[in-house]
Amino acid sequence: MSESKPTWRELPKGAVSTKSSTEYETGDWGVEKPEIDHSKCTKCMLCHFYCPEGAIKVREDGYTEVDLRYCKGCGICAEECPVECITMVRKK
Amino acid sequence: MSDLTLREAARKPEAIASGHRLCAGCDESIIARMVLKATRGPTIVTSATGCLEVATTIFPYSAWNLPWIHTAFENAAANASGIEAAWRAMRKKGKGPLAKYETLDIVAFAGDGGTYDIGFQALSGAMERGHDFTYVLIDNEAYMNTGIQRSGGTPFAASTTTSPAGRVIPGKKEWKKPIDDIVIAHGIPYVATISAAWPMDVMRKARKAFEAEGPAFLHAIVPCTRGWRYPQEKTIEVSRLAVQTCFFPLYECRKEEGWPVYELSGPSAAVARRPESKKPVEEYLQMQGRFRHLFRPEKREDLIQSIQDWVDHRWEMLLKRVG
Amino acid sequence: MKKQILMGMNGDEASAYSAKQVNPDVVAAYPITPQTIIVERFSEYVADGEVDTEFVAVESEHSALSSCIGAAAAGARAFTATAANGLALMWEMTYIASSLRLPIVMAIANRALSGPINIHNDHSDSMGARDCGWIQIYCENSQEVYDAGIAAWRIGEHPNVQLPVMVCLDGFTLSHTMENVLTLPDDVVKDFVGERRFIRVEGHMGETELRLNPDAPLTMGPLDLQDYYFEHKMQQIEAMEQALKAIPEVDAEYAKISGRSYGFLHPYRMEDAEVAVLGLGSTMGTVRYVVDELRSEGVKAGLIKMRVFRPFPAEELVKTVGDVPVLGVLDKAASFGAPGGPLYEEVKSVFYDEAEKPFIADFIHGLGGRDTSPSMIRGIYENLTEIREKGEVPEKVSFVGVREQEGR
Repeated sequence: MSESKPTWRELPKGAVSTKSSTEYETGDWGVEKPEIDHSKCTKCMLCHFYCPEGAIKVREDGYTEVDLRYCKGCGICAEECPVECITMVRKK
Repeated sequence: MSDLTLREAARKPEAIASGHRLCAGCDESIIARMVLKATRGPTIVTSATGCLEVATTIFPYSAWNLPWIHTAFENAAANASGIEAAWRAMRKKGKGPLAKYETLDIVAFAGDGGTYDIGFQALSGAMERGHDFTYVLIDNEAYMNTGIQRSGGTPFAASTTTSPAGRVIPGKKEWKKPIDDIVIAHGIPYVATISAAWPMDVMRKARKAFEAEGPAFLHAIVPCTRGWRYPQEKTIEVSRLAVQTCFFPLYECRKEEGWPVYELSGPSAAVARRPESKKPVEEYLQMQGRFRHLFRPEKREDLIQSIQDWVDHRWEMLLKRVG
Repeated sequence: MKKQILMGMNGDEASAYSAKQVNPDVVAAYPITPQTIIVERFSEYVADGEVDTEFVAVESEHSALSSCIGAAAAGARAFTATAANGLALMWEMTYIASSLRLPIVMAIANRALSGPINIHNDHSDSMGARDCGWIQIYCENSQEVYDAGIAAWRIGEHPNVQLPVMVCLDGFTLSHTMENVLTLPDDVVKDFVGERRFIRVEGHMGETELRLNPDAPLTMGPLDLQDYYFEHKMQQIEAMEQALKAIPEVDAEYAKISGRSYGFLHPYRMEDAEVAVLGLGSTMGTVRYVVDELRSEGVKAGLIKMRVFRPFPAEELVKTVGDVPVLGVLDKAASFGAPGGPLYEEVKSVFYDEAEKPFIADFIHGLGGRDTSPSMIRGIYENLTEIREKGEVPEKVSFVGVREQEGR
């Protein structure tokens, strides 16, 4: 993150934000990551609603998948899954 | 009331993008995401200074995919009042991009600091004037962003950095300010309590709040893994227990023909029907490090009982109001 | 020049009337003496349907400016008014309004800051806010209040400026005193102010006008860490520099429709002046009267009324002062613990680098509404004459009008 920063003339007036937070990948925060076993998944979508990062998306087919670029490894999804089909595994 | 299905909600583009810097396991973004899934269309959000505001807008990054403004700590309700007045004015004059919107969901997010305490005046004023907006109290029961200092929303006996559990004084001496009662007393159209452990309930109530004509108030219990001290994956569980112990009952209060009409929501209605299912508040307290001193080095039965009495009393009062 | 209508109004009424003609989208205001007439009069306009304004009767001054900020951010023209402790209460928001580049217009009915509580005129309130990034215009009479109340919108909304503007009028002396005011017809005012001008910015979701708009979302009011705050402040510093160019532009346009030329400084009988007084606001009217008297007695007296204090018109001040040997500065505010009053300090620092500079002496007067009479002003000119004769300034800062023993 040490690219040169804009000078004051290059910044927009009114101090409005210039980049989406999606450019800041928080996926390296956690030591664990969730693995979803779709064979057990009932497509309840609770993990999508419970993810603080909004990093669990519901696919077209109704199953969910985790965007590891942003997952902080909090483990809420695994803790709350009603059929326990999500396991937190240690990242290598 | 227009309905929102779980499927529709899941498919809605996120109002808050990933890449924000809230703590892992933070309930603020969970609640905020759920509430904003229920917006009807064009939306403007204003946030008071606090964890949600700070962590989502560290310059140059912003996690907000909708128009958003933060100005100061104590004035989310005043900002919202101004935005609402501007929209009305421009609709009247038929000018500017806001003029075309027949509905505009104006949402103010503020923490317990910006609501119970420093933001109290602005909230009361905005409600008295009857602006059409929704105020969401994201209540993590302390000034978390500045380091877990106590607020008017901090519960009795909770240990915070300005009400620490010490040798002589066991945490906060005062009781949680009854903010919902105060808001209901203002006679606004819609007040409701929400917990992220019941997503559909949150979204249903948020939709009702947006649809209410006039001020609407949503009080969210927002467990904080850092400030309440529990393992980060337990956030939803803690929120769930708050409701199941009736520490934070889920209900709505609508104003109908001048009368406040109370209605219990799912899990709290279930407890009302089967009182034996009400969990002892001890189960809730035991999960949290901020109440650790009530159990170790010795169990403080007296304090735990005081809390249980308070919970029971407020639950009884609520049941009476529900009728 | 357009046909004008002579009306009798006090400063507060002139402020309210000019606001009425501009027809702002939102007015959010809280009453405080001596601004109350502005708010009351405007409420009457609203109740009578003479304006389309949404009037928000806020519960405090902090909320007044907070609501104006919300409204202006949402694209509205927002107006408010306050005085003294009301301004003090909204102090944090004044900085925020200017940092968000919102061209809000606010009338300040100058009144002493508590304590003790005093409802009368001095400049401690607006002087206390001189660092907050707002443009400040000081008015000598109700005519100036009316004219500034219109021009302020064009100044603040100028594309190179985009800053909020304070229009200052002396409490009671101006706010509550009936004067003759030449007013422009409604359509002329509307034509002059036009629609609010927006600048375009490159936000995180695209390039758009600087306003809250669901069609083009922006994030306003982010958190700056140590790596960006300084840069954002530089932009405000530049905006004030741009205002130095923009204000004469707007004033020139206003002169065409009103016949009244404004600008930064109003010199009077300065061409050959040997002693001169510089100050802000209504007191300069009294000074003008004394200058005429002194001139008839053969004293080469002159005065410079400063109309714009922020941005500080340094270059023009030096030019206008010219080669006058002695300059007395009238300060209607004290800065406790400072080398002198706020205006004196700024004037003196401007002249420090000049090869040719006058003797400069500070005269703090009028605090808490203490009357500054023509004879006191005469006394000041006598003091200045003494300085000229002695070739030195024995007392850099004096206090005029306070009861004190001989040889303080």
